[in-house]
Amino acid sequence: MNKHGANDTVGGRSLWQNAGERLRRNKAAMFSLWLLLFFVVLVVAGPWLAQHDYTQTNLSLGSTAPSLAGGHWFGTDALGRDVLARTLAGGRISLLVGLVATLVSLLIGVFWGAVAGYCGGRVDALMMRFVDTLYAMPFMFFVILLMVVFGRNILLIFVAIGAINWLDMARIVRGQTIGLRHREFIQAATLMGAGTLTIIVRHVIPNLLGVVVVYVTLTIPQVMLVESFLSYLGLGVQEPFTSWGALVNQGALEMETAPWLLVFPALFLAGTLFCFNFIGDGLRDALDAKSDEDGW
Amino acid sequence: MLTFTLKRLLSAIPTLFLVVAATFFLIRIAPGGPFDSERNLPPDIRANIERSYHLDEPLLQQFGRYLKGVVRGDFGPSYYYRDRDVSELIAESFPVSFTLGMTALLLALLGGVTAGVFAALRRNSFSDHAVMSLAMSGISIPNFVLAPLLVLLFAVHLQWLPAGGWRGLGSVVLPAFTLALPQAAYIARLTRASLLDILGSDFLRTARAKGLSRSQAVWRHAMKPTLMPVISYLGPATAALLTGSVVIEQIFQIPGLGRYFVTGALNRDYTLVMGVVIFYGALIIVMNLLVDLLYAWLDPRSRRRQ
Amino acid sequence: MRRIIILLGLLVLLWMGWRLVDDPAPGEGAGDADTLAVLHRGNGPEPESLDPQIARSDSSGAILRDLFEGLTRLDPDGKVIAGAAASWDVSPDGRTYTFHLRPAARWSNGDPLTAHDYVFSMRRLVDPETAAAFAFFLSPVINAPEIIAGDRPATALAVVALDEHTLEISLRAPTPYLPGVLTHPANFPVHRPSLGHHGREFTRPGNLVSNGAYVLSEAVIGSHYSMEKNPNYWDAENTAIAKVVYHQIANQNAELARFRAGELDITYTVPNNQFALAAKNYPDQLRVSPQLTTYYYGFNLRRAPFAGQRGLRRALSMVVDRKLLAGSILTAGQKPATGWVPPGVANYTAIEPEWAAWTMAQRLAEARRLYRAAGFSAANPLKIEIRYNSADIHRNIAVAIASIWRETLGVQASQLNVEFQVLLQDMRNGKADVFRSSWIADYDDAFTFLEIMRTGAAANFVGYANPDYDDLLGRAAATPDADRRRVLLQEAEAIMLEDQPLMPIYFYVNKRMVASRVKGWQNNSLNIHYSQDLSLAGADAAD
Repeated sequence: MNKHGANDTVGGRSLWQNAGERLRRNKAAMFSLWLLLFFVVLVVAGPWLAQHDYTQTNLSLGSTAPSLAGGHWFGTDALGRDVLARTLAGGRISLLVGLVATLVSLLIGVFWGAVAGYCGGRVDALMMRFVDTLYAMPFMFFVILLMVVFGRNILLIFVAIGAINWLDMARIVRGQTIGLRHREFIQAATLMGAGTLTIIVRHVIPNLLGVVVVYVTLTIPQVMLVESFLSYLGLGVQEPFTSWGALVNQGALEMETAPWLLVFPALFLAGTLFCFNFIGDGLRDALDAKSDEDGW
Repeated sequence: MLTFTLKRLLSAIPTLFLVVAATFFLIRIAPGGPFDSERNLPPDIRANIERSYHLDEPLLQQFGRYLKGVVRGDFGPSYYYRDRDVSELIAESFPVSFTLGMTALLLALLGGVTAGVFAALRRNSFSDHAVMSLAMSGISIPNFVLAPLLVLLFAVHLQWLPAGGWRGLGSVVLPAFTLALPQAAYIARLTRASLLDILGSDFLRTARAKGLSRSQAVWRHAMKPTLMPVISYLGPATAALLTGSVVIEQIFQIPGLGRYFVTGALNRDYTLVMGVVIFYGALIIVMNLLVDLLYAWLDPRSRRRQ
Repeated sequence: MRRIIILLGLLVLLWMGWRLVDDPAPGEGAGDADTLAVLHRGNGPEPESLDPQIARSDSSGAILRDLFEGLTRLDPDGKVIAGAAASWDVSPDGRTYTFHLRPAARWSNGDPLTAHDYVFSMRRLVDPETAAAFAFFLSPVINAPEIIAGDRPATALAVVALDEHTLEISLRAPTPYLPGVLTHPANFPVHRPSLGHHGREFTRPGNLVSNGAYVLSEAVIGSHYSMEKNPNYWDAENTAIAKVVYHQIANQNAELARFRAGELDITYTVPNNQFALAAKNYPDQLRVSPQLTTYYYGFNLRRAPFAGQRGLRRALSMVVDRKLLAGSILTAGQKPATGWVPPGVANYTAIEPEWAAWTMAQRLAEARRLYRAAGFSAANPLKIEIRYNSADIHRNIAVAIASIWRETLGVQASQLNVEFQVLLQDMRNGKADVFRSSWIADYDDAFTFLEIMRTGAAANFVGYANPDYDDLLGRAAATPDADRRRVLLQEAEAIMLEDQPLMPIYFYVNKRMVASRVKGWQNNSLNIHYSQDLSLAGADAAD
């Protein structure tokens, strides 16, 4: 019996469908995707799942080990706050920082790189010179300076990290755009009289989507690590908010006496970072047309 | 190549100037000053100190004064370490950071490239995923968690290695390893992606068709193009090593340059901050130049593009 | 190409190896004649200077106390004893001190130590050109305040060398704690010819000429300071330890790890979060003693809601169960504080407000009454902000106290973590409602605590101004009789506690790890331990 029935049209498969197929075959990436989804659901549903409020202190309780019977499944910290609730709450902040900062760097970087790559010549040279200048600045230091100058506002953390992280994105996008510039459909659009901005927005950027998606997936974990470094320096999120970075930092100080303070947030943090990295790699493999098995 | 080098170095000067100016004004805006402490200085004494460090002059004048000094090679006295000049502090700490950084870089290259090649050749198999998982742990576990764990295991319990300080060969091991791990992860991923790219290419298929065995083909023909992206990455890698070392230097008490970024900003040590930023900027520019030269030397195609 | 890279790699490795092997590890290298006789001390954050008149931090203080010697010094119990001065006389009115220096005292390069050295150094301390933070230590000396303000030259300071070995200090009022103040490094002598010859670099090893038990032999910023026994010290034969290395380790947990690995003999402190571990696993090596430091929350008296609201402030202080805090957060045996001057200060008995002895229930009732009387209620809660600087313990206390205030009174207290520099500025500019701070005793006398609450005092961040209080302090300063003075000071403290400009929370403790092989260690409240008083078991007495 023929696989294709008489009513089926034998059509081609789009690039995206090919990529999707390849991704599905990558077991590690698929596993990471599901695990990440699981983390996200947990974290978002946190307030309804956790039995305790994450800011509720209980001074007479103090630091206690995890116990199912006691109601604190992940234990409590020195102030008697429930670690499970705090881990989930911290996850919300960490993921938020990851997403928003990446979004900021995405917006700036894609725009910058696309314009520079498409326009070429003087404009390109000037724009990339600016990027080079920024590269010569110690990134962490400037985030610290911004924190120091403008105080520790959670919004500022997003913006500061994002605003400094866009350089790589800009470079990659520029590279891709240069490759795209000479493709027929762009030339066709120019011939039809489309303006530069229209071409950039309508034709160039949609074709960058693959690269950008990969890059975004790989930037989010980077950003989360930067946030945890800021927490290490004492420049992270303010109470009553917390983040995985802050929790891990505090837990690391007591890892011998109260390991539950470190283990649970660290598992969530490391797990999430792992997932993002594997998914990003998987996406990159899937979208890269050349890297196909060929008897190797 | 010479004109290329000269042009790059010359164009570095306006870059550095911008960096210096941005840092200067940014740190001056920050609240608090280098002479604040809980033992609040009586106003007379505070005025005296600020006068002796020219902090009572208008900002632009201070900037001009500072630039004049820099041109002469004088980065000024540290505002916080009052017995020391900034240039000495940098001169003493940089070799330490360099040694630590180079060791870490070598470890990262060795480990990362090996892992990446191993994984690429066994694509999508269990070994691939296992090796890449191990590599990814380098960028999933923050170093301020890993470092104390390693110290606890190797120094406190096993007592095989020193817990900190910078004396003797043993004291490099833990810090360099912790520092190298994230970079090894990036390099492994980069190498794997790059090699996978190359493996699908025509010239390799030709080599195989000519009768070369798989490993011969890979080692003799694939390695060089595979490593090109890794070499481009060396520039940012060095930068990352230098700033990533802040945590390592604090946890292992290594007298390097990295911690001056943080302590300088937090102590409002204006001159130290400026000196370190200029030094870092110059270093990055030189590193990028070296990497580009190396890249050009290895890849004749890019030379022609110049 | 691969071969070239490998070759380069090997060369780099060789170079690095050479660099590292250059610095022998402790206990492994040539150069340490008897490596067992080396004392390794943890010394916290990097000292900002080794110039006695400029240095401000405790880390520099520890190093300077081993390198130099003041007119007086402290014994292992923290009591003032003779130092470079063998004895001193006090005039009957308490205003003139005459110090008799030891004729045998020498600098480390052999030069004789004279009274002129002390005259020079004290003038240097008050000289505005030096811009020394601790110039105010010599404020009791005639003409000192005018010199600091720049109205008179430094030579006008009433510190005179009557001859090579006799020093006379004339005071504006009797100052019984003067010998104590003179033990502080700000009052240590500097070697004038070295200063003239090397300028700012006179503190480098090799340049530094000192008059104490040790001489600086090595200084690596961010790592360590090494010093070796000074053969020219007058008491050199009683200095048991030949070499001391101070390790600068800012990270407290890392320091404890090094102690446990056997690399340190004495630590600078023990982190709160590892205290329980240390107490359980190293009970004999953990040394805890009360410290003369008070941790407090200051109220901003310059503006609403705390200006003129004594009852409200008292309510906020009363509801905090300090014992509960100490038990769950502090864990190192820190004592709850409701009074300002810690117990154990010389010539003083600590006092507490009356309500400190009430039960928690009584305190809560009274506090609620005061809160309502101030115009606040559930419908109109007090909204304030607690500012603190970055450290786990400050954060935990802020969160805990905000919690307590919310649960007992309904106060909405947000917490703002700011950088230390920013906090200091906020405190100075009166921008914080409630701020966290602590006051460390500069010398062993109640005056060091009480004088910062004087109207207009530099460290009076709360903005407290009570003329009765100032008057009592002034009278106490002018009283030579110790008992009368104590009574006056206690009256002053009682007034201040009644006004509640701040909320004391706990008194610090000194906590250090001291290895078993260190002998001669005595806990003292000032947390000062000279290396020359210590010895190492198992090492031959070095000479």
